[in-house]
Amino acid sequence: MTNPNDRDGSTRRRFLAGAAGLAAAGASGARAENPKNLPPNVPGWTRQLGDGVGVRAYGNPSKYEKDVVRRTVPWLTATPESSVSFTPLHQLDGIITPNGLCFERHHGGVAEIDPGDYRLMVHGLVDKPLIFTLDDLKRLPRINRIYFLECAANSGMEWRGAQLNGCQYTHGMVHCVQYTGVSLKLLLEQAGLKSNAKWIMAEGGDAAAMNRSIPVSKALEDCMIAYRMNGEMLRPEQGYPARLVVPGWEGNVWIKWLRRLKVGDQPWFTREETAKYTDLLENGKARQFTFVMDAKSVITSPSPQAPVKQNGFNIITGLAWSGRGKVKRVDVSLDGGRNWRTARIDGPNLDKACARFYYEFDWKGEELLLQSRVMDETGYVQPSKDALRKIRGVNSIYHNNGIQTWALRADGEVENVEVG
Amino acid sequence: MSRSARPSIALALVLALGGPALAQSKPEAPRNYGVGHVATPEQLAGWDIDVRPDGQGAPLGRGSVKDGEKVYMEKCAACHGEFGESAGRWPQIAQGKGTLASHDPVKTVGSYYPYLSSVVDYIRRAMPFGDAESLTNDELYAVVAYVLNLNDIVDENFVLSKETWAQVKMPNRGGFFDDDREKSEKAFWNPNPCMKDCRGPAAITGRALSIDVTPDEKTQKRGVE
Repeated sequence: MTNPNDRDGSTRRRFLAGAAGLAAAGASGARAENPKNLPPNVPGWTRQLGDGVGVRAYGNPSKYEKDVVRRTVPWLTATPESSVSFTPLHQLDGIITPNGLCFERHHGGVAEIDPGDYRLMVHGLVDKPLIFTLDDLKRLPRINRIYFLECAANSGMEWRGAQLNGCQYTHGMVHCVQYTGVSLKLLLEQAGLKSNAKWIMAEGGDAAAMNRSIPVSKALEDCMIAYRMNGEMLRPEQGYPARLVVPGWEGNVWIKWLRRLKVGDQPWFTREETAKYTDLLENGKARQFTFVMDAKSVITSPSPQAPVKQNGFNIITGLAWSGRGKVKRVDVSLDGGRNWRTARIDGPNLDKACARFYYEFDWKGEELLLQSRVMDETGYVQPSKDALRKIRGVNSIYHNNGIQTWALRADGEVENVEVG
Repeated sequence: MSRSARPSIALALVLALGGPALAQSKPEAPRNYGVGHVATPEQLAGWDIDVRPDGQGAPLGRGSVKDGEKVYMEKCAACHGEFGESAGRWPQIAQGKGTLASHDPVKTVGSYYPYLSSVVDYIRRAMPFGDAESLTNDELYAVVAYVLNLNDIVDENFVLSKETWAQVKMPNRGGFFDDDREKSEKAFWNPNPCMKDCRGPAAITGRALSIDVTPDEKTQKRGVE
């Protein structure tokens, strides 16, 4: 992994001053090394005992990984309570996002709910309105599912052109974890849906009381009430103690701090599904209920925050996902979309989950325009940004799944660019 | 094929096809696990705050534009501006008519919201920011009436209530249509995407670095935990 000293821009720029220097730097030149730790010397961590068990009752990453954090773009929003922090995709691998690095999007800050006082209300067009405690939810049969969650506004700042210089900022409103909880179908069966039940309003218990309508058909298909992520209880910022999971659909409908499910015969047209999370097209009309996240992929490394460190053998890696099912394949281009080669997917490739892809290549220091393009199992192919703009204009804010271009320069630095 | 084999094939077909089909036509009744308690009307009343476009869920009460101005100046204007024009980066909630098809669309209650209920339901649950669910029903109706007046949707003598609900005509009521991507963007489905010589040489036409709005990473580290 990267030594934190490498993050100093001036050091990196000096080291990456040119292709020749870059090649000479090779595997070791960039690191601020301490000869006392290198062979034939025996380092201190070998000579001395380390911390005993229990010193780290809840373990944290190594102190050398302290730059692997969620980051914000302060100018984006008026206040941090209604804002977003981004997953550091460029520093992660595999398909599972660590809980503490899952991006945050709150509309009224993080609700701190006492699990003993947690209540979930299910009412409306049901035979029997019910209230569940957290212990009640845990008594019901459990399911485990791995799903991606992407904010509809992920890449939303890029509609009018390359704007933010980092994969974390352009694509970091996505994460993928394993949820444990109750099938929503099973929960609704406890209350009993009436025959005219068509829509369900889900509502949060936070200071925004976020509410969205979802069709009953989706609720019965694959939704769940999750109380665990990656084995442990949900993090407060992810909706502790229980949230709605709506596989493949935009993150805004995955109501956190879930307090109420009301069954009705029509959608509610809440503020979040009218004034927000609707996609304004060029003619001034807006698409509503655009729930499904179109297939999308991005090269997470190399990327602007993860420059290339050496000539020769290099690994391109990234994530791909689709709200319509499984990833079928991912293609990678080194020349801005002129020619494509199919990347290698490694690890689990699951329905509506992130898939991890790799493309290994030899780099001779030439300038490259890196792109990735996903195809999902329905045959949907991730479009170029220009193809997307041609059909939607640039005012949509939401659902920007266009192909990302990273320019790899001769000095190893990587830049967010647009190509034409 | 011998005659004697036929009955067993027929039986196998019944098991393979008929069995599951029968099972589907008579689904098992969902199991009741006896978990959870029946919600009382009193419990429901405190949390049942949603309002629909047809007015279902709208609370009792009434509020005038004039009364709403007082509430608005005290509780809303600091963020949204005295005329709904926004202070700083907080949402603009008035004017913006005729901008939706421009390259600088301004989405406000008057220019964008399709339903009165979307405004009432949102303010009732989430506003004032940081003091949610604190408005009385009369204050709620009054402040909504005032915001409608800021957007020239109602006149200064208007009083909003369940009774006058249907008189409010939102200008952008017809501005939305249901998701049609699987039809309008059908061209994005392509089983054989181009792999070779798909375009001419690509040239860089825009750079994030020239815009220079990316935050400085060194200012955002994990603190002592």
